[in-house]
Amino acid sequence: MATRIDLEVNGERHERDVEPRQLLVHFLREELGLTGTNVGCETSLCGACTVLMDGQAVKSCTQLAVQADGTSITTIEGLQTNGEYHPLQQAFWDCHGLQCGYCTPGMILAAADLLERNASPTEREVRDALKGNLCRCTGYHNIVKSVLAAAAGGES
Amino acid sequence: MSGVLGTSVKRREDPELITGRGKYTDDLTLPGMLHAAIVRSPHGHAKIRSIDIAAASAAPGVVAVYTGKDVIASGVGGVVPTGWLLPNLKTPAHPILATEKVRHVGDGVAVVVGEGRYQARDAAELVEVDYEPLDATVDAKGATAEGQPQIHEEAPNNVAFDWDLGDKAAADSAFEGAAHTVAVDLRNSRIIPFAIEPRAALASYDEASGLTLRMTSQNPHLHRLLMSLASLNLPEHRIRVIAPEVGGGFGSKIHHYPDEAIASWCAMQCGRPVKWAATRSETNATDAHGRDHVTHAEMALDGDGKILGLRVETYAAMGAYLSTFAPCVPTYLHGTLLSGQYDMPAIHIRVIGSFTNTAPVDAVRGAGRPEATYLVERLMDLAAIESGLDPTEVRRRNFVPADAFPYQTQVALAYDSGNYEVALDKALANSGYADLRSQQAERLASGGKLLGIGVCAYIEACGIAPSAVVGSLGAQAGLYESAKVRVHPTGTVTVFSGSSAHGQGHETTFAQIVADRLGVPMENVAVVEGDTDEVQFGMGTYGSRSAAVGGSAIAKSLDKIIAKGAKLAAHVLEVADTDLEFHDNQWSVKGSPDKSVAWGDVCLQAYLAHNMPADVEPGLEETTFYDPANFTYPFGAHIALVEIDRETGEIELLRYVAVDDCGEQINPMIVEGQVHGGIAYGIGQALWEEAVYDEHGQLLTSTLLDYALPKAHNLPSFELDHTITPCPHNPLGVKGIGEAGTIAAPVTIVNAVVDALRPFGVKHLDMPLTPEKIWRAMKNGEDV
Ligand code: FES
Ligand code: FES
Repeated sequence: MATRIDLEVNGERHERDVEPRQLLVHFLREELGLTGTNVGCETSLCGACTVLMDGQAVKSCTQLAVQADGTSITTIEGLQTNGEYHPLQQAFWDCHGLQCGYCTPGMILAAADLLERNASPTEREVRDALKGNLCRCTGYHNIVKSVLAAAAGGES
Repeated sequence: MSGVLGTSVKRREDPELITGRGKYTDDLTLPGMLHAAIVRSPHGHAKIRSIDIAAASAAPGVVAVYTGKDVIASGVGGVVPTGWLLPNLKTPAHPILATEKVRHVGDGVAVVVGEGRYQARDAAELVEVDYEPLDATVDAKGATAEGQPQIHEEAPNNVAFDWDLGDKAAADSAFEGAAHTVAVDLRNSRIIPFAIEPRAALASYDEASGLTLRMTSQNPHLHRLLMSLASLNLPEHRIRVIAPEVGGGFGSKIHHYPDEAIASWCAMQCGRPVKWAATRSETNATDAHGRDHVTHAEMALDGDGKILGLRVETYAAMGAYLSTFAPCVPTYLHGTLLSGQYDMPAIHIRVIGSFTNTAPVDAVRGAGRPEATYLVERLMDLAAIESGLDPTEVRRRNFVPADAFPYQTQVALAYDSGNYEVALDKALANSGYADLRSQQAERLASGGKLLGIGVCAYIEACGIAPSAVVGSLGAQAGLYESAKVRVHPTGTVTVFSGSSAHGQGHETTFAQIVADRLGVPMENVAVVEGDTDEVQFGMGTYGSRSAAVGGSAIAKSLDKIIAKGAKLAAHVLEVADTDLEFHDNQWSVKGSPDKSVAWGDVCLQAYLAHNMPADVEPGLEETTFYDPANFTYPFGAHIALVEIDRETGEIELLRYVAVDDCGEQINPMIVEGQVHGGIAYGIGQALWEEAVYDEHGQLLTSTLLDYALPKAHNLPSFELDHTITPCPHNPLGVKGIGEAGTIAAPVTIVNAVVDALRPFGVKHLDMPLTPEKIWRAMKNGEDV
């Protein structure tokens, strides 16, 4: 039995019928074709699927699509404005904050949530904020550097 | 753009990846695509009595359900073979779907193909397999004891091979009358490679074009070859393997597994595209794991702390089947590294490879070399204590001196270059080592948290590898790399490389090589990899080989382009091509730089062919299969500072200082990124990660709840530095850096922790160093 949901994704409104058990991450990837949101564990532990729901970072593998009814979602595809990179996207590029890139969309969105709450975090605060997002490639060194650089850029 | 080599150019890969546009395998869909779910054994060891597919077949959305019998009936090879043979190696067949017996949790027994991902997974639950559970055996050494369950009939006592290297008599006699001997019994823990992207495959087949397989691969040509020869019996030219974006590999995406073959076979049966995407617990139970050694090692030293000899016996788990490169990892990638950075007059190692009811074990980042470094550097710390020397001093006394290269070790390798003392000195200076030692003493006296300082001096052999050498050692493949450089009429360039990046940034670094050598702008260079239809052949990316072997192949092809271009330019200038030199993107007469022909004119003429020398064909494209003359030998010194809570045993990693020498650096930013990731990978094994099987062969750590990866909040930023000792035998002077951190970090951390616990009489602890283990060691130590 399909359920109708009505939500906004990257500024665009979508009304869709979904299976009640469909995960939000699969809805985004398979129904809307937004494959920038990745799946690393399906158990809310790796953070690869992180998106912003009403501005807050959530793991879209632990949300059902039906739970997203009435919300506004931002995925990595929705982060650019007028073709300009978000400061975090730019900083990840500038600081070599990614290698394989699989964790990157989730990392960037988790960091966006942090910077929304705390515009100039310390290194410790960045590390603590990202503990739900795993990266196997970078050792986090340049990810932390990227987030700090984005924060610094935002201030100046 | 001469001079671009050696600069930190930003990666061209990134715009796709930071915007979510990059496509990984599971991001791809094809019209009419079906989903496959593989039914896997929940038992470590069991006979298959029967499989009932009726309920699954009738489930909604199910298109087909197949078992191993269907695979056999289809007449295909249906197996995945090993690609490395050792003398007397037992090579039991590894069917892509088991029919008689399952040998590890995760062994596939059936596959459900359905319209939707959820439908296929649901129906997989409905496949009823009647198992007769058998006793299991899971320990690398224990499995070889008398009376253990037999995993393969053809391998008595579960012994896959019994191999040795070095001079046993010489090693034994080194111990006679030695002033000092030290010994350690250790376990190099089993780890899960854990790329954040699970393995996946998307196969499509039609009579006209054959099979197209998009998959998470570090080496598409190897996968195509083994798929053709052993799994599908489809002619090689009718298979195209493509690696789209690949979300990390760390070795796990080198190997040829059953699953991708099953997806391909299903696509051929169904006549529709089939996708298989592993869940996290599925990929953790079936990706080849790493390490899993049980080792006894001993070192003999003279009264001055000079090494006289080394003896090692290692039991190395192979898991339930021999994975693609499995037999090579504990032997030729491990035994050959035992001389470390040291002048060791006598070495002997024996390695017994054992079958166990676990996931197969194969190359994982570092592959054999972290294990070798681990045991050598643990012994060096014990030797320091025994000889009454500082750990840095005992290492220094034994270094192969800088003027002794090339240096022939007692375990086959000939080190081409090195300057070990300089790297150590730099690490000591950068860490403020002497000062750290006084802080440590003050802490101990004050009764506060304990400080520990860990030192490691490592070597690796990478740039894998000279084909004739590996062929004589059992490889069923050559380990050269190919590169085709195609210059277009307008002077832009496309490079086709047999390497296959999955995060290493080849599109950037390979373009840097081209831009530097030809003097063309980087944006005029495209790099193509990871597609068997585009690239003639390639051995792929692993063993820190892409720059040293793949990059060298590109450099050689570029030199051929310049040489051919010189003939065309000489023809125009009416001089001999030997009178020309190429720089600044033009050929000019030596000594009269104003007599020159520009790059663009030569490229255009090569294709117009209106004015060619008689013996030169039109076109400008060159291919090289570069076969390295030797391995490359990166080295370095790492130092860690840890703090241990005496009450709880908790460890905090305060500082990590690394000095690495990977020769010339194509892109220092990328080099540093590789070192960061490698160090974190090694720290993970030292402190948190371990794949644990119970005695029934149940994997107790298949999810992230039980398998702890390093996280941002439990690592510090790393303090990196480098020395540069160029590789003397390849055209770029590069050596490789992808694995160095992972080779050095586990033992650096363990040495630091054991150093902190010295006051408690602790000599060795096995990884992972959990707070409980530390706490117990302190308690037991206090009792002593
Ligand atoms: S996929 Fe959602 S947290 Fe891992
Ligand atoms: S960049 Fe590969 S997992 Fe983070």
